[in-house]
Amino acid sequence: MEENVLILGATSDMAVALARQLAAEGYSITLAGRSTERLSAMEGDLRVRHKAMVTSVYFDALDFNSHPGFYNSLAEKPDIVICVFGLLGDQNEAQNNWSLCFDIINSNYTGAVSILNVIANDFERRRKGTIVGISSVAGERGRQSNYIYGSAKAGFTAYLSGMRNRLFKHGVHVLTVKPGFVKTKMIENIATPGILTASPKTVARKISKAILKKKNTIYVLSIWELVMLIIKMIPEGLFKRLKL
Amino acid sequence: MKKLITNWNNYPVVEASEISFDYEKEIALKLAQSSIPHGNGRCYGDASLSSDVVNTLRYDKVLAFDEVNGIITCQSGILLSDLLQIIVPRGWFLPVTPGTKFITVGGAVASDVHGKNHHIDGSFSRHIVSMSVLTGTGETFVCNATNHSDLFWATCGGMGLTGIILEVKFRLKRISTAYIRQKQIKARNLDEIMGLFAENSGSTYSVAWIDCLKSGKNFGRSILILGEHATVDQVKTDRILLPKEKSLVTVPFYFPSFVLNGFSVRIFNALYYAKNYKKTMDSVVHYDGFYYPLDSILSWNKIYGKKGFVQYQFVLPFDSSRDGLIDILARINRQGAGSFLAVLKLFGDQDNLISFPMKGYTLALDFPIRSGLFEFLDELDKIVADYGGRIYLSKDARMKKEIFWKTYPHVHEFREVLKKYDPENRFVSRLSQRLTLKP
Repeated sequence: MEENVLILGATSDMAVALARQLAAEGYSITLAGRSTERLSAMEGDLRVRHKAMVTSVYFDALDFNSHPGFYNSLAEKPDIVICVFGLLGDQNEAQNNWSLCFDIINSNYTGAVSILNVIANDFERRRKGTIVGISSVAGERGRQSNYIYGSAKAGFTAYLSGMRNRLFKHGVHVLTVKPGFVKTKMIENIATPGILTASPKTVARKISKAILKKKNTIYVLSIWELVMLIIKMIPEGLFKRLKL
Repeated sequence: MKKLITNWNNYPVVEASEISFDYEKEIALKLAQSSIPHGNGRCYGDASLSSDVVNTLRYDKVLAFDEVNGIITCQSGILLSDLLQIIVPRGWFLPVTPGTKFITVGGAVASDVHGKNHHIDGSFSRHIVSMSVLTGTGETFVCNATNHSDLFWATCGGMGLTGIILEVKFRLKRISTAYIRQKQIKARNLDEIMGLFAENSGSTYSVAWIDCLKSGKNFGRSILILGEHATVDQVKTDRILLPKEKSLVTVPFYFPSFVLNGFSVRIFNALYYAKNYKKTMDSVVHYDGFYYPLDSILSWNKIYGKKGFVQYQFVLPFDSSRDGLIDILARINRQGAGSFLAVLKLFGDQDNLISFPMKGYTLALDFPIRSGLFEFLDELDKIVADYGGRIYLSKDARMKKEIFWKTYPHVHEFREVLKKYDPENRFVSRLSQRLTLKP
């Protein structure tokens, strides 16, 4: 039987590209998300395009209490889990509005921890599986333009690396993905430089390769590795004066 | 945030806010006061440009595919190139395809595109089973030639002005291979090529490349290209239903505008004509090269330079085609403003509400934008109108409204349907303003 991939937050542009990429490679797909209307369109799309085995299930990343029940009720336990959900939000608004700020933290960090704790325990017991977390380059250094999002992603990156350390000896692979700019709805109203911007398709291809090669952390475009290296090297005394 | 957007010919360039959507409920909430749907930006003009555009590319799911009867249902933002990847391996092909596969299904409907098989299969609208349209009243209607037929016919070729095309269900064409049996016939002049079109009217696909810069006895020399879907025994490969997607080259930068001039185009044309060393040449070619020769050169539009170009495509009624073509080609000839790609095609019968095709000859050619060009094209417009012809809206960025209103016979009726389904003018484009279809 083909391996199953569970995609958490399955209606984002990156998730759509991932689902198509992995369905084309022959995985069966479980789509998890909040919007049933979008999920059923996705289901049809994957069946027609790739003759894939697809199911979709309701999942709310912010409803933490529902997470154990959600996972236990899955008809087929996944071999690979990809945690795609997240929320960029508006930094300015988040500074002044706790409810948005809280949503950003929960979508990018707490929600992911809540569901991945359950899955990590199951994978540890089964002594196999791959957990992929979509984190962000924004988590590498806090900048005034998006540090609430960035700090939540920093937490998520640290969570993933700790989990990788814990699960390695149990045969479970944990992959951290730092995509950089991706041409998705998340940034549709932000002008991003072309050479730093990847398409969702490219992200999906890179992730699928990294899963097979059991990579630990990947940047989707390698130029980001350099960009972030430079950003991290700027001394704090100078950094705090910059408009970043 | 505003950004600059333009279509394939890089003219005009418009500052616009862009939104996108991936399900119906989302778009209804996000719509600006007035906007226009925008697909992959492959039209040659201002039909999908406005200060607010709704990008449809994320609305790209295939919802159902009846592989037995060849009927597919998809969301409007999917590209024909993606559809081909799905349908060709299963023995189906697009019923009608234009010369590029990088357009959306919504664009195919809104332009009511035609292909090399127009004289046999009509335009895209003929193959639609039904479609849904989110109109300016905020309602979504499922329409076809029998249900809400006024909306249907105003949407086919309606340049997005009735609303946002959501889902389209249409019929495909059976194929047994991905290959085309191609025949190329050289014609020394205009009369010869028109004779060949008439003789070969039974051919499924037909189109001609024509040299617009030749005068004298070789005036209108051409190469007629005919095609039929190849059967299994005519193809010498095991992988008979393989789609292709690889692009060969990318034009890396905008060419300086002096590169294209009367001289270089004359040389290109002479070489292009001379490469067919025999009168008639037969071959079996993959569909990708047959329908989409330019798709393999990504960003080919850059050879026309940063100022952009216009593609001029008109159709003349059958009875006045010969006189009209002679008149117009002679003027282009005198102007010395021809292009690499001048394409001649004989359409079959069609009389829709607002679609472009009609029985007669259509000619399409590119002109790089230079000073004096628009005045020259205004002059050509008048000739086209005098012969009873018209200009293709999907390729138009500059026609005067008087010409449009004179040459599209059902335009008053079209505007009434627009008023009914979009009374508050929620869907407005540069084109609709220029042609005074909407305020």
